[in-house]
Amino acid sequence: MIIQTLFFYLFSAITIGSALMVVSARNPVHSVLFLILAFFNAAGLFVLLGAEFLAMMLVVVYVGAVAVLFLFVVMMLDVDFVELRQGFLQYLPIGALIGFVLLAELVVVVGGWAFAPQAVGGGASPIPDLAQVSNTAAIGQLLYTKYIFFFQIAGFVLLVAMIGAIVLTLHHRIGVKRQVISEQVSRSQKVELRDVKPGQGV
Amino acid sequence: MQIGLSHYLTVAAILFTIGVFGIFINRKNVIVILMSIELILLAVNLNLVAFSSFLGDLVGQIFALLVLTVAAAEAAIGLAILVVYYRNRGSIAVEDINLMKG
Repeated sequence: MIIQTLFFYLFSAITIGSALMVVSARNPVHSVLFLILAFFNAAGLFVLLGAEFLAMMLVVVYVGAVAVLFLFVVMMLDVDFVELRQGFLQYLPIGALIGFVLLAELVVVVGGWAFAPQAVGGGASPIPDLAQVSNTAAIGQLLYTKYIFFFQIAGFVLLVAMIGAIVLTLHHRIGVKRQVISEQVSRSQKVELRDVKPGQGV
Repeated sequence: MQIGLSHYLTVAAILFTIGVFGIFINRKNVIVILMSIELILLAVNLNLVAFSSFLGDLVGQIFALLVLTVAAAEAAIGLAILVVYYRNRGSIAVEDINLMKG
């Protein structure tokens, strides 16, 4: 139990520290790298909570896909990041004030609640015993039966996002010769002989 | 000392606040704003998983999975818009995004 406590404090301290570095780092590449560190440690917190599947998802999806996507975009866009830093100190007081108010409200909420007695263990889908069914199998058994529509909608969301990203970023340059297969196929005269004069070309 | 639900909720609250704070202090940099949104969604996920674990209800983890999906889609679309905007304008300053005077 003492090791669990120790790891909780380790993971949460690194998560919060690297989250602070994400928003305050001078170089956006460093921001992305700190974001990856924050996600790894949040995955550690998920493991401590017994949600191994989500921890793996966090590492695979966030670190493997989203953070690398951020890294690509940051490195691909040739942006003067020093210029973007201007106004940092100007917005600091209002940001700190709003952050402080928000945190105070959240602490008030966290500090002043209790579970209703019928809430604990009375959920719609209780977690099965870990010794019999692993976390991944339990999530699969629930996700593919009771929440199959949510699962499919999530798939559609990803599909729409993928198509949207492709449509947005695909662009045809004007003046580049391309092969148009339909025009080639629909020519009336399939084979044509041309008299090519020497030194002139077609 | 036993780690309870309120410990996890406090960590998530701090993460959420850092995300909101990041949006305010990086007003000019869209990339960092998108990363702050990711932090906020991570805090929400942490809340969902913590409640799921301490209440013994698996539904929280299912919803965390769906939040993860939406976060990934949002990041992809946001970065695609950013790339198109950069291609058109040559900068990603947020203050310039007022062409439509909306």
